[in-house]
Amino acid sequence: MIDTPALKPGQTEVWITGIGLATSLGEGLDANWAALSEKRINVDEKGFAPYIVHPLMPVSFDSQIPKKGDQRQMEAWQRIGTYAAGLALDSAGIKGNKDILSKIDMVVAAGGGERDINVDSGILTAEAKGANAPGFLNERLMSDLRPTLFLAQLSNLLAGNIAIVHGLGGTSRTFMGEEVAGADAARIALARIASGESDIALVGGSYNGERKDLLVLYEFGDFNLKDKFAPVWARKDHPGFALGSAGAFLVLESKAHAEARGAKPFAKLSSVVADLAKRKQPGDMTATLEKLWDKLPRREGKGAIITGATGAEPATSDERDFLKNHADFPVRSTGTVFGHAMETQFPLGIALAALSISRGALFPPNDSTGTEIEMQGPPTQIVVVGAGHWRGEGMALVEAI
Amino acid sequence: MIAPRDKLGRPVVVVTGMGIMTSLGAGKSDNWAKLVAGESGIRTITRFPIDGLKTTMAGTVDFVSADPFSSTALSERMAELVTQEALEQAGIGAKADFPGPLFLAVAPVEVEWPQRRELGRAVGQQDITYDDLLRISGGGKFSAYHHRFMFGSVAAYLAETFGTKGSPISLSTACASGATSIQLGVEAIRRGETDAALCVATDGTVNPEALVRFSLLSALSTQNDPPQAASRPFSKNRDGFVMAEGAGALVLESYEAATARGAKILGVIAGCGELTDSFHRTRSSPDGKPIIGCMNKTLADAGMTPDQIDHINAHGTATPENDKMEFNTTSAVFGELAQKIPVTSNKSMVGHTISAAGAVEAIFSLLTLEHQRIPPTINYDNPDPTILFDVVGNKARDARVTAVMSNSFGFGGQNASLILTREPA
Repeated sequence: MIDTPALKPGQTEVWITGIGLATSLGEGLDANWAALSEKRINVDEKGFAPYIVHPLMPVSFDSQIPKKGDQRQMEAWQRIGTYAAGLALDSAGIKGNKDILSKIDMVVAAGGGERDINVDSGILTAEAKGANAPGFLNERLMSDLRPTLFLAQLSNLLAGNIAIVHGLGGTSRTFMGEEVAGADAARIALARIASGESDIALVGGSYNGERKDLLVLYEFGDFNLKDKFAPVWARKDHPGFALGSAGAFLVLESKAHAEARGAKPFAKLSSVVADLAKRKQPGDMTATLEKLWDKLPRREGKGAIITGATGAEPATSDERDFLKNHADFPVRSTGTVFGHAMETQFPLGIALAALSISRGALFPPNDSTGTEIEMQGPPTQIVVVGAGHWRGEGMALVEAI
Repeated sequence: MIAPRDKLGRPVVVVTGMGIMTSLGAGKSDNWAKLVAGESGIRTITRFPIDGLKTTMAGTVDFVSADPFSSTALSERMAELVTQEALEQAGIGAKADFPGPLFLAVAPVEVEWPQRRELGRAVGQQDITYDDLLRISGGGKFSAYHHRFMFGSVAAYLAETFGTKGSPISLSTACASGATSIQLGVEAIRRGETDAALCVATDGTVNPEALVRFSLLSALSTQNDPPQAASRPFSKNRDGFVMAEGAGALVLESYEAATARGAKILGVIAGCGELTDSFHRTRSSPDGKPIIGCMNKTLADAGMTPDQIDHINAHGTATPENDKMEFNTTSAVFGELAQKIPVTSNKSMVGHTISAAGAVEAIFSLLTLEHQRIPPTINYDNPDPTILFDVVGNKARDARVTAVMSNSFGFGGQNASLILTREPA
C-alpha cells in the first residue's frame, strides 16, 4: 500500500546513474570492485579489542572537501559521507553542474550523536572522584564541549554538509532509524521520481564504525562481534556484527532526465519495499521478508541476492530461513566484507547490486559455510535485502536495463 | 461541492484529527484557550540543576511522566498522548489499526547523562574511560538502554501501539522536522499510495547537554527573569529562542476517503514546499533566496498567489537573525502585503519546540482557521522598527482567515513551508 512495488501507468523508470563509495576496502568503484574480486577483507582485530571493526581505508578528504574549514566543522561520519556523496556526483557527471545541483533532491539515512569521549570520560572520572556540586555537569559541559561538536551530532547535518560542500540547493530530508532508514530513503526517493515529483535525487548514508561510544550502545544488547573475525554466515555460535566505516551514495534519476543529458546508467532501481515485523515470535521476520519478496515485481532473469545480514541473532537465523526458500538465488553478504555500517548498509547493497550488473558479474562468494555459492554469467536482477539487527526490514530490486 | 482533486489533479489532502501538547498543557482545548489568552508556558527549569547555565528557563512539559526518564522516553510518551487525541477526533480505523503509514519527526536519539552516569557507577573505580564503560555494558544488565536509544525506537513503539502500516519513517530536518513529517504524509496521499497518513512530531529534549549545545552557539535567550518574558519575537530586544518541549499529531486523509466515511474535515493541507540553503550550517544565505524560493514553491504547490494568504504563522524564533531574515524574505515574496498580512509567532508563548515546532504550529494555524481568531505574539512591547510586519502583538485578534502560511527554518539549511486552508482552494 505504501511501497513502490512496481511501475504504475504514468510512472517513470528510475535509473541509477551515479555511485560513490568510500569503505574499508577503499574509495571509488574500481578499488572496491578489485577488492571484492580478490576476496579481500579489511578488519582491525586489535585497535578496539576485543571488538572487531572494519576501518575506513584512509582517503584524502581534500579531494572532495577542499576547504579545511569545512573538514573541521565535521566529525568523521560526516566527512566520510560528504566525501562519498562527492564521488557519487562525480560518477553521475553532475559535479559542479549548477543547473542540476540547484534542484537535486537529497534523502539521507543517518545516525549521529558522535561523542567527544575525552569530555565524557573526564566528567565521569571527576564525578567518581567526588565532584558532586549541583552545577558540576553544566559547568564542565559549558567549558569542555566544542561548539562545533553539536553540528556533528545532528543527524541532518550530514545532508547540510553535503549541500554546503557540493553546492546542492534542492531539497533535503534526513531519515533516522538504523538499517531500515537506508531502505526508506531509497524507497521515498524512488517513489518521488517515479511519480514525477522529482527528477533526480542523491540518496545514501555514511557511518563511522570506529567509535567506542557506538560500541557501548551495541554492547548494551551484546550485539558486537568479539575476539575473532568470521564471515556473517559462520557466526551462529558466536553471533554479532563488526561495525564498519562506510559512505555509500547513489544518484537516482528519471530515465528521461538521464537520457536528456546523455547519462549512462549502471542499472535501474525497479522497486523498494519496507516493513516493520513485530519480531515477537521466531519466524515473524522470515514471514515479513517473504511478504516483501512477494511485493517485488516478477523476477524472470538471472537473479542474485545481496544482503546486509548483520550476523546478530536471532535476525540472521530468521533471514537464513528466508534465503533457504530462495536457494536458486546466489547470495552475497556485505556484512562479511564491509562490516556493518547501519543506516548505510542498504544504500551500499544497492550500490554493489548496480555495480555488479554494470560489470556483468556478481562478485565472488566470501564464505566458509556454503551459504554463498558461485554465480555463472552476468546477473540481470539483484534483490537487495536489509533486515535490521533489531527492527525494520527492507528490500529492493535492481535490474539491468 | 468541493472537488476531490486540486488544481494540479492530485488528491486533496485534508486533516481529520489533531492532537497537541506544549508547555501550556495537554490537548487542543487547553492549549487554544491559553494561547489566545496570551499565556506563556516558559518557566524556570526545575528538572535538573541550573547552576552554571547562562539560560535557566525553558518551555518544559513537566506534567507528563516517563519512567525511567530520558528525553527520548518523554518524547515517546508525548507522541503517544497526542496521537491518541488525534485518533479519537478522527475516529479512523480500529483500535491499534491505523490504515496508513507513520511519519515521525523526532530529535536525534542518543545515550543521555543519567544513563552514562549509571554506567560510570557500574564501573566502580575512580578513573573511567570508554574501555571501562565497554567492559561493563554487555551481559544484559543494560539491554533496555539499547532499545531505548535506537533512533527508530520511538517510531517502532508508535507503529506497534497504533498499528500503522508499513515501515514507519523517523525523520529529522532540524527545526523544520514537524513540517517535513506533514509533507511526507501529503506526498504519500497525493501519489495515491495510501488514503490516510499519521504525521507526528515530538521533542522532549530539554536536558543539560542540549541546553548547553544551543548556548554555545549563542542561539538561546538569556533573559531569564522573568522567564515568561524571555521569548520576544519581532522585538527590538529579542536575544534568542527559548528551548521548549511539545508534540503534535495530525491525521491526514484524502478528501475523498474522509468524506466517504463521513469524517469531519478540520482543514486542508493546500501546499507544501521545501528548499535547501547551502550557505552555512547555522545561518541563512544573506540574500534570503532559499527561504524566498521555499515560500514561492509552497505557493505554487498550493496553486495560490500571495494575495490569497491572509495570515502568516511565522517561524519567529526571536533570534536576532531569524526574525529580520523572515521579514525580508516575506517582503520579497509578498511585496507590500508583507506589512498588511497579520503575522504571529506562537513561540512567544510556547517557546521553540524544535523537532515538533512545524506540526505544533500547523495545528495552531488550523485552530486559527477554525476559530477565526489569531493568537497573539506576547512580549511585543518594543517592536523592532526594521521589522514592519503587522504583528498581532500581545492581544489575540479576530480576523477573517481563509489561508495560513506556516514557516519553519532550521539548522543545516532546512526550510519548509505549509499552506493550510479551511476549504480546498
